Amino acid sequence: MNVVVCVKQVPDTSDPDTEVHIDSSGRDVDRSKFSFVINDADNYAVEEAILLKEKHGGEVTVVNIGPETANQVIRMALAKGGDSAIRLEDEKFEFSDAVATARLLAAAVKDLGCDIVMTGCMASDDGYTAVGVALAQVLGLPHAAMVKSVEVVEEGKLKVAREIEGGLMEMIEIQTPCVLTIQTGINEPRYASFKGIRAASKKEIKLMDLAATGLSENEVGEAGSKSVMAQYSMPEIGELAEILEGDAAETSVKLAGILKDKGLV
Amino acid sequence: MSDIFVLAEHRQGELREVTLEMLTMAGQLGSPVTAVLFGSGVNDFADKCASFADKVIYVDDPMFENYNSAAYQAALVELIKAEKPGLVLIGNTGQGVDFAPSLAVELDLPFCSDIVSISMEGGKPVATRQYYGGKINGRIEFKDADTYIIAVREAAMPAGDGGKSGEIVKTDNPVTTEITVKRFLEYVEAAVGEVDITQSAVLVAVGRGIREDKNMPIMEELAKAMGADLAASRAVVDAGWLPQDRQVGISGKSVKPKLYLAVGISGAFQHVTGMKGADLVVAINKDPDAPIFQYADYGIVDDLFKVVPALTEKIKEMKG
Repeated sequence: MNVVVCVKQVPDTSDPDTEVHIDSSGRDVDRSKFSFVINDADNYAVEEAILLKEKHGGEVTVVNIGPETANQVIRMALAKGGDSAIRLEDEKFEFSDAVATARLLAAAVKDLGCDIVMTGCMASDDGYTAVGVALAQVLGLPHAAMVKSVEVVEEGKLKVAREIEGGLMEMIEIQTPCVLTIQTGINEPRYASFKGIRAASKKEIKLMDLAATGLSENEVGEAGSKSVMAQYSMPEIGELAEILEGDAAETSVKLAGILKDKGLV
Repeated sequence: MSDIFVLAEHRQGELREVTLEMLTMAGQLGSPVTAVLFGSGVNDFADKCASFADKVIYVDDPMFENYNSAAYQAALVELIKAEKPGLVLIGNTGQGVDFAPSLAVELDLPFCSDIVSISMEGGKPVATRQYYGGKINGRIEFKDADTYIIAVREAAMPAGDGGKSGEIVKTDNPVTTEITVKRFLEYVEAAVGEVDITQSAVLVAVGRGIREDKNMPIMEELAKAMGADLAASRAVVDAGWLPQDRQVGISGKSVKPKLYLAVGISGAFQHVTGMKGADLVVAINKDPDAPIFQYADYGIVDDLFKVVPALTEKIKEMKG
């Protein structure tokens, strides 16, 4: 069971101290104060890939599109149990939409001969929920999105649960090779061991630029994207909450008073 | 622009609201609106769609008794090729995210996911979507094409009243070969826990801001003091700090308490969608820009580790 897992490095916007500001170009955000982490759903995908390898044998290949600093998330995935890695980087890749991003990943994945390709179901920065499913089509493989459990039924066949609205699970059978987009909460992602981290630091990360992908300039980046994020803006803010002012002692007294007046406590 | 296709979405005998939301959205764009319905024996859904559309294309076939992304994609490919709509709207839902991107790749058409609004500029669509958990918006422009495919966020706008009476055109299933790569098995309902938060009068909801499992007791104490049940955002459930039946949001429960106290929850739309039915919303979050404050009646911008213990003490004191 050879598994490819695609990982993205994203700003750690779960930290309430992280502010998101639009930069002077209007097409990017100011990244200077961000700390970067593996995308949450991708972290679960890495764990699921390694669990499958541990149960059924085979190898896990980690694929990333990103700058050299993304080696950090790649190496962490290798330290947890990944065997090899590919990182795609070229300035021509900038402003790729979900489909162009899928095309790049496909270029790295297509010759690996894997049984399952995994991605996270959504990236926390752009929220596209689209790259994995687009990737499946570029590769000509069947797929399932928002996967919350994976079970090997027999050679060439998986039973997977897709988590849809209201926590409802849609159980399906799907042929391999296939692409699965992994939902958060599917497993409990492990921490890397010191031994694993040491071993991962010595592993080679294969680099692919535009030439190595075999794609033309017109198939990648903004040139290869049929949808373009033209301009960021601050959202119009609706009517905001009445903010209770003061230190914690004062605000808690005010809030308790309001709740009491309304008969809620 | 030529006709706008809206894909009707249904599951387990119910037409999903996102269908009517998208038909309403499409109706404001100035082109004729066609609802596309794949199903098996769902004439009443066709009738409902007709009251929101100028035309309904209804493919009544056992292949569509249950949702299968491969069947939906194959059928839409044929219909789009035959009818050449200018725009196709699909819900960015558990169903739609499972085939809208691959459909766009197969047809080599411009695509964007999870959009919250669409306008027409120079005869083509321009869309708005959110980035960074709703902290900023992005304007999406498309390169010229005959057809654009857009996946629309659920509850991006309310459904209108309908009032149309579109013609229902029954169409043969354009998919003539059996779908073998993927097969629907069954639906499994979410597990029922000890507390049904959809019935709770007061909910204290915990988010990622709680940071660690070992911090949960302060929330439990607050909930106990208030006579509330605990609820959670997805992050807290994923981490295993509260069971799944406490999750509020699109993939969890929709709740309607008298009071919803959101603590350390940023307010991503996936969560907010599940708490819209609350009478009174109070948010405690240290980030003044957190979207949750747009949905709250009262807010405290402060460290929850300071406010929660103080509030617990105050409420205990009041209750004597």
